[in-house]
Amino acid sequence: MLVAAFTWTEFAQQVAAGIRQGAVFAGLALALVIIYRSTRAINFAQGEMATFTTFICWSLMNNGLSFWAAFPIVLAIAFVGGIAIERTIIRPVENGPVITIVIVTLGLALLLNGLMSVIWGGGSRPFQGPFSTRTIDVGGVPISVQDIGIVVVSIILVVLLALFFRFTKLGLALRAAALNRDSSELVGVRVGWMLALGWGLAAVLGAVAGMMVAPILFLDPNMMQVILLYAFAAAVLGGLDSPIGAVVGGLLLGVGITLVGRYVGFVGDTLKLPFALLVILIVLVVKPNGLFGRVAVRRV
Amino acid sequence: MRLKLSFEVLGLIALAVLIAIVPRFVSSFTAYELATVGMYFIALLGLSILTGYSGQISLGHGAFMAVGGYTTAVLTVNGVYGHHMRDVWTIPIAGVVAGLAGLLVGIPALRLSGLYLALVTFGIAVSFRQIPLKFDKFLGGTSGKILGLLQTPFGLSASPNDWIYYLTWGIAFVLLVAAWLFVRGKPGRTLKAIRDSEIAATSSGISLARYKTLAFALSAFYAGVAGSLYAIARAYMNPDIFPVVLSVYLVAALALGGVDSFLGLILGAAAIYVLQNRADDVTSWLNHLPHVNLNAQRPGMPDVIFGAVLIVVLILLPTGIGGALRRLFGPLTSRLYSKS
Repeated sequence: MLVAAFTWTEFAQQVAAGIRQGAVFAGLALALVIIYRSTRAINFAQGEMATFTTFICWSLMNNGLSFWAAFPIVLAIAFVGGIAIERTIIRPVENGPVITIVIVTLGLALLLNGLMSVIWGGGSRPFQGPFSTRTIDVGGVPISVQDIGIVVVSIILVVLLALFFRFTKLGLALRAAALNRDSSELVGVRVGWMLALGWGLAAVLGAVAGMMVAPILFLDPNMMQVILLYAFAAAVLGGLDSPIGAVVGGLLLGVGITLVGRYVGFVGDTLKLPFALLVILIVLVVKPNGLFGRVAVRRV
Repeated sequence: MRLKLSFEVLGLIALAVLIAIVPRFVSSFTAYELATVGMYFIALLGLSILTGYSGQISLGHGAFMAVGGYTTAVLTVNGVYGHHMRDVWTIPIAGVVAGLAGLLVGIPALRLSGLYLALVTFGIAVSFRQIPLKFDKFLGGTSGKILGLLQTPFGLSASPNDWIYYLTWGIAFVLLVAAWLFVRGKPGRTLKAIRDSEIAATSSGISLARYKTLAFALSAFYAGVAGSLYAIARAYMNPDIFPVVLSVYLVAALALGGVDSFLGLILGAAAIYVLQNRADDVTSWLNHLPHVNLNAQRPGMPDVIFGAVLIVVLILLPTGIGGALRRLFGPLTSRLYSKS
């Protein structure tokens, strides 16, 4: 297992690639966290929802739209779709056991996955992304425009979301509904709709992650399956109920697995996925609330 | 209670008779198909002990099936010190190896509540396929391992398809009886107590750690046996034999059949069989319906139907089809019990 000589330029390149991957993980992890905070369940269909919206983008582009013309349309469809899903299939089981909600999201994942191959066919296809893949020189390190673009889009999205949660009345209501349902209901927050809104936002985040990653991975119905596991690891690492944690966890994990994959010969490319699983296990056993999660006190 | 017991014993005897006579009435290929259903049934039995009785969830049982399949493949193809084992004898070993793997997962699972356990086991399902790729010299990588063709051993006169049918359903029956004895005895009551309230169970002196890991290891054992049989029947093992979606199918079938209804699971097993092996037939069958024209190259429709049915069943009948049937006949049978 001969590893090529270590150079700082290559190290910096690897870190940059890791940050780009991490940005995608962070986006999907954020989607998971938003749903977890409102519904107290993990959405196993998050990956399929993201891939589905990416396929819609692909269709629109095939019909002559440019990426940036299709982008807002896809986000709008994702938002409405996410709300519709919550209203129709999650709401009836909302107050049931968490396991029931999880299995319903698994059913949704199967349904969406099947629907994708019915509508667009299985197999992978190239996806023309908005950014070119040529590299530019950043402080002596060649980094591709695509990587920079993906990171910038993710940053804009996260900042917008943070501003929304922090400075709008609706954002406040969303946070209140997630924090304490009963009290929020008493002061007039429509908790049911807040949950739906959370699903809508999560679907939008997933759609962006899907459209950003599709040019790199090629588009197929199972595209996000592996990314979803990384997103789980990122969310658990940051703390399942912490949005900041999801972003930090995503970036840490992205850089971490890229470096480990590159410099630890035994892990290589093959064992990156089991490595992510190991991260989940270690975090859960050592620090179950993650880096930024609230410590849960359970009343007996 | 005695009446309920005699009903259950009668049910088991009826099932045994049914298992024994079915091959006389079906073609050899159908027997092979039914054997595959039996394998999924065995895996579902294990999952049912785990979810229905200890309240834990596993989205990774496809991976434990793969552990069983690979154990059989290694023991028969690579052999032990040059001695190639006969495939039948590898079945219990495959179960034990998968059970040990389950024990390994079960220990950290102790600290994890339902949701986190779902996460971790999903991670196992997704990342397991990397293991045979990494150790490709030993486990065959993507090209896989070719086992000896399925054949009837010991000079028996049955056809290979009938042989795998009797082998699978024989094992399934024994494991069903074992599971039945397990859940109606002390361990089953203990697990139910844990499922209903961990705190109350601990206060009564139950060791959570022991019983929860036991349940996990036992259910992984079942999955390992099922995976071993599957590898023997297919005579081939590679990472795609037990795909990620199989783990999801297993949980879905369990929810559909009813988590603690053993016979509902046969229905679930049949559903998995159709999805995994006969999806094309479902697509072409759907095309016979008026106004339906599906492309056979796009075989997603069975998944769509399965997912939709699962969601609808969970919303309308939270205890699954088995549980709903029990509730339907519940008042009647409870009246009968009280007379005895």
